[in-house]
Amino acid sequence: MDIALSKEDRAFAEKLRGFFAEEVPADIRARLARGEHPTKDEVVTCQRILNAHGLAVPHWPVEWGGQNWTPLQRHLWSEEIALAHVPMPISFNTAMVGPVIANFGTDAQKQRFLPPTANADIWWCQGFSEPNAGSDLAALKTSAVRDGAHYVVNGQKIWTTLAQYADWIFCLVRTDPTVKKQQGISFLLVDLSAPGVTVRPIRLIDGSHEVNEVFFDNVRVPADQLVGEENRGWDYAKFLLGNERTGVAGVGLIKTRIARIKRLAGQAAAHGRPLVDDPLFRARLTRLEVETTALEMSVLRVLAREGRVGPGKPDPVSSVLKIKGSELQQEATELLVHVLGPAALAYRETADMPDRFAPLPEGALDALPTYFNWRKASIYSGSNEIQRGIIAKAILKF
Amino acid sequence: MELEYTDEQRLLSDTIDDLLEKQYDPNTRLRLLDREPGWSRELWARYAELGLLGLPFDEAYGGAGRGPAELAVVLESFGRALVLEPYVASVVLGAQLVARAGSPEQKAAILPRVAAGDLLLAFAHTEAAARWSSTDLGTVAVRVDGGWTVTGQKIAVLGGDSADKVVVSAKTPDGEIGLFLVEGAALRRAPYAFQDGLRGADLLLRSAPAEPLGSTLAAADAMASVLDSAIAVLCAEAVGAMERMLWLTVEYLKTRVQFGQPLGANQALQHRAADMFVALEQARSMALLARLALGGDDVGERRRTVRAAKIQVDLSARHIGQEAVQLHGGIGMTWEYPVGHYLKRTAVIARTFGDLDELLESVGTEGGLISAS
Repeated sequence: MDIALSKEDRAFAEKLRGFFAEEVPADIRARLARGEHPTKDEVVTCQRILNAHGLAVPHWPVEWGGQNWTPLQRHLWSEEIALAHVPMPISFNTAMVGPVIANFGTDAQKQRFLPPTANADIWWCQGFSEPNAGSDLAALKTSAVRDGAHYVVNGQKIWTTLAQYADWIFCLVRTDPTVKKQQGISFLLVDLSAPGVTVRPIRLIDGSHEVNEVFFDNVRVPADQLVGEENRGWDYAKFLLGNERTGVAGVGLIKTRIARIKRLAGQAAAHGRPLVDDPLFRARLTRLEVETTALEMSVLRVLAREGRVGPGKPDPVSSVLKIKGSELQQEATELLVHVLGPAALAYRETADMPDRFAPLPEGALDALPTYFNWRKASIYSGSNEIQRGIIAKAILKF
Repeated sequence: MELEYTDEQRLLSDTIDDLLEKQYDPNTRLRLLDREPGWSRELWARYAELGLLGLPFDEAYGGAGRGPAELAVVLESFGRALVLEPYVASVVLGAQLVARAGSPEQKAAILPRVAAGDLLLAFAHTEAAARWSSTDLGTVAVRVDGGWTVTGQKIAVLGGDSADKVVVSAKTPDGEIGLFLVEGAALRRAPYAFQDGLRGADLLLRSAPAEPLGSTLAAADAMASVLDSAIAVLCAEAVGAMERMLWLTVEYLKTRVQFGQPLGANQALQHRAADMFVALEQARSMALLARLALGGDDVGERRRTVRAAKIQVDLSARHIGQEAVQLHGGIGMTWEYPVGHYLKRTAVIARTFGDLDELLESVGTEGGLISAS
């Protein structure tokens, strides 16, 4: 794969690799390499280390900690973070609300929010989806009514990822119910500790607490927490979603999953030989590797075009990256389940076993839960059906 | 790193597309199919004028001194038009083997004539009992009176029907794989059209007088390198064919009206067209990687990468080809409509130089593409 990169780009990636190995605590990286999730504190710790070295928000404007990198360099940065098993900086902070504030916020908002957002002193969550506004996001109903120096917010958000960790939420709210649905939406920042905000957990099929409902009951939000102009929120949301066109492929994540599959399949025995030497298994694995490499090349092609002509209109190839990326991420979780065999079946809280029992094989705890959990990937960020609609519209031009 | 065509490559591609658009419409192609020799000598002369037949050879031998990457540019355009001329047989395989393994005298005698369009070559390698193995050859070379003869039977020899000289792979007395030049007159041929319309033959060699290519009898490396480049250019050709199949399908969905609306107004069909686009982009990405791999200097990586590319290309082409016919309905099944001919070409490509299982096995046993650490 390196043949698709220039010598300079490879050196750039190697330098980052060296930095992550040196500066990010080895125990955290080892845990992630075994398929465990980082704790809140570990995410914050690692983001602060990156931020101290200018590596938490490289894609932000330079005056706010950005690095003026090429699109390809930004891609290599996120790849190397994944490959080094470093917890990703909080994407709600760095990839979502940060760039919106940096581009559309007032100077006072930038001063107030950008430094703590880059340093994970504030943990943000995203208030977009509602019970009746999923794929049809612009149908959202949570209202914000101006009352003097405040907006009064009423309504409900759902699927709010890690709201239980969050200090603030950035919301799309309806400020004008009388106009076309996209035109009456505003982008509002809300302190989750404000009176009237309630966060309620949603338990997912793998048993995890990852997403929440957030309720707003007459929450008074200072008007200086509106970003940009009133009723222009849909434009900012599109900017936010269009910002990360290649990251959604998750190539680094898939590669780390494949690496783990290969490592564990080398240890797992099947019919008197390592599973990795079983021709049927190997064919399945190889096909996954091939499709992942194709995905990586598709990412590099999009980046090359972006580097040449600048970020332009939505490109149907971005939808290709979302569809194929999510499918291959999912396939990798399934292949790991296959490697574990019967050891994957028990639902366990911990890997600890009673005395004299053999220790559980690595992956026994997380393989099936991750497979179940990752069904989300083809649903979130614009479901794969929405993406197919985007592609069809682009090629059929109806 | 250059991930899109250079300006020069773009010019080359546009020139060929322009020529083929004028001279290779589907009806012209259908007429060529049914008439001997099954392709156009006039166009072959045109390719020679454009420098396509000498593209990868040194200028000293009448070539244009371009790399194998340019062959991929040519073949992607050829794939869009489903070109029938024996370009892969003569230029990509035969002449590149001579260029890679031949002596200076052999190159001087052969390459300028290939470039001028006066000499046709083919590579006789595949055998019935060996599937796609490079090494399990039943054909043997024997030394006789200071010269050599070759004995054996080869199948599915692309361009084997019309080649003036054939490069034959054979086991040498040392057990090496050697490459030998055999005159067309010294062969017995059973000529036919492949399922996709391209012409070829099975060849019988019975103590056929043969001349070793170059001075060393161990030609496995040269052969491997040319086969890798042939795999990469077939990937490009398949991408051209897939692109055209998607284009035909999209046009059909937009224009064919049933139940009072275009077929493409149905979401079930829109999503299937979208999945064809996904498959095409993945194939295009891997064909590009294969093209880049030809320029690399790690032989093992080159070998793995071009085979990996063909896995993706063959998977995508099967999906796109089957869906293209299905979404056309009955018209897609007819001989006179082009889409089925693209399906046939890509189905043959998927069984040339290794099928899916063979390629998966090869890439898998060589460690795959993604590191375990």
